[in-house]
Amino acid sequence: MAVRVKIPTQLRAAAGGEAETVLDGATVQEVLDGLFARHEELRARIADEDGSLRRFVNVYVAGEDIRFLDGLATPVADGAELTILPAVAGG
Amino acid sequence: MAVSHLECKECKAQYPLEALYVCERCFGPLQVAYDHSGLLADQGAIDVGELRRRIQGGPQNIWRYADFLPLAGGPPGPSGRLTSRVGLPAGCTPLIRADRLAERLGLREVWVKNDAANPTHSFKDRVVSVAVARARELGFETIACASTGNLANSVAAHGAALGLESYVFIPADLEEQKVLATGVYGTKLVGVQGSYDDVNRLCTELCAERDWAFVNINLRPYYAEGSKTLAFEIAEQLGWELPDRCVVPVASGSLFTKIARGFDEWLELGLLQGSTPRMNGAQAEGCSPVASAYAAGHEVCRPVKPDTIAKSLAIGNPADGPYALELARRTGGSVDAVSDEEIKAGILLLAETTGIFTETAGGVTTAVLAKLAARGDIDPEERVVLVITGEGLKTLDAVRGTFATHTIEPTLEAFQAGVVEAPGSLRPAPAGAL
Repeated sequence: MAVRVKIPTQLRAAAGGEAETVLDGATVQEVLDGLFARHEELRARIADEDGSLRRFVNVYVAGEDIRFLDGLATPVADGAELTILPAVAGG
Repeated sequence: MAVSHLECKECKAQYPLEALYVCERCFGPLQVAYDHSGLLADQGAIDVGELRRRIQGGPQNIWRYADFLPLAGGPPGPSGRLTSRVGLPAGCTPLIRADRLAERLGLREVWVKNDAANPTHSFKDRVVSVAVARARELGFETIACASTGNLANSVAAHGAALGLESYVFIPADLEEQKVLATGVYGTKLVGVQGSYDDVNRLCTELCAERDWAFVNINLRPYYAEGSKTLAFEIAEQLGWELPDRCVVPVASGSLFTKIARGFDEWLELGLLQGSTPRMNGAQAEGCSPVASAYAAGHEVCRPVKPDTIAKSLAIGNPADGPYALELARRTGGSVDAVSDEEIKAGILLLAETTGIFTETAGGVTTAVLAKLAARGDIDPEERVVLVITGEGLKTLDAVRGTFATHTIEPTLEAFQAGVVEAPGSLRPAPAGAL
């Protein structure tokens, strides 16, 4: 299933300058694994050593924070949009 | 110039003083670092008397604390004093000794810092003043924000005052008073169908696409520093002394943590003696990710979908949540939550005992103070400061129906027949009265 992944400006240098990329995967975890396979440097930026997301990273599927869904196990539909954003904005 | 660089709060990586807010290495938040060696006298310590005199001789607004704010060129304008007369100078709001409130709560010494007495009637004028001044130094011509209302008012007004274009993004269902008090300044007002967290996500994406200064996103390290001036003022108004405890509303956690940072900076410099006050955070039950995490002993906050009348605190995904938790625990404070009924009762309690009419966020803060007092958390000998961040006229719906107006013919007979002259008789006791 093809998922459009939007990469925040802060990570684009580590992603070969890409602002977005299309990857396959049935869950958020699978899509992120695909992203890390494509750009290994991104793994350490947004994931902890145990594989969970760093605490200042927000991931959205179709605009919804995955923490309101099933976290990394959240299913992603074909054609869905996955957005990675810094959590330190606002207030 | 005391401001030195930006640094990551998590991994300490350093960055230049630009419109940056996220560490590229670990995604942690960036904060401003200072070099105060310029303030030190010959013996490597500050001359406390001299520095205090300099501050006291400064302008009657936040720029009297320019040494501790993140502007490269010092306060804006030809001289510090002139800033009192241009734009929208914020700060120097009253600190009121609230003996009648203290008595109602069984406490000895309660002070109310009334930050509704700012140009657009909330503490947001402090942070916006700093962010916009830095944005101008960096050459931005457009300012913007994601707001729960008070920030919207302030950004729109500062844009008008300084001749900058502004874009203000708010949840579409915000209180009418806050919408009207934003649009009037001629800003480009965008109502987003969703919660504040949706607005914030949209603006975070937009921030990467536009060359704008989003005061609370790409200018956030500078913006947040403005909240330290609340601590500076409280200490100065108390005669260069610290309170024992501060009760502060928590939305993103930025205000809460930066007030403590302000006290700590002056403690580290020797400008104040003692230790960081106990910091008590206040949230509404309908949006209490930080209070819930505090109660559960967690170090991070699980985001929530807000449902509370305290819309200015309705941030379900608080950026500074982990730091707010750490601060409350480190200082022996807490983060507590109160119900919508308690919030309304808190607004009335503050109004009746101090003459200060606050918005729902102030109702949250007052109700949490009452809760702490009732729980016995506060030693009666403590000096407590209640930080009131906004104005009651912006959330009028919260007090609708809390009292009766006696309508009479203009005759003495009608008054004598129609009005009972006992104290407090015009107001029925509201549910959840404190």
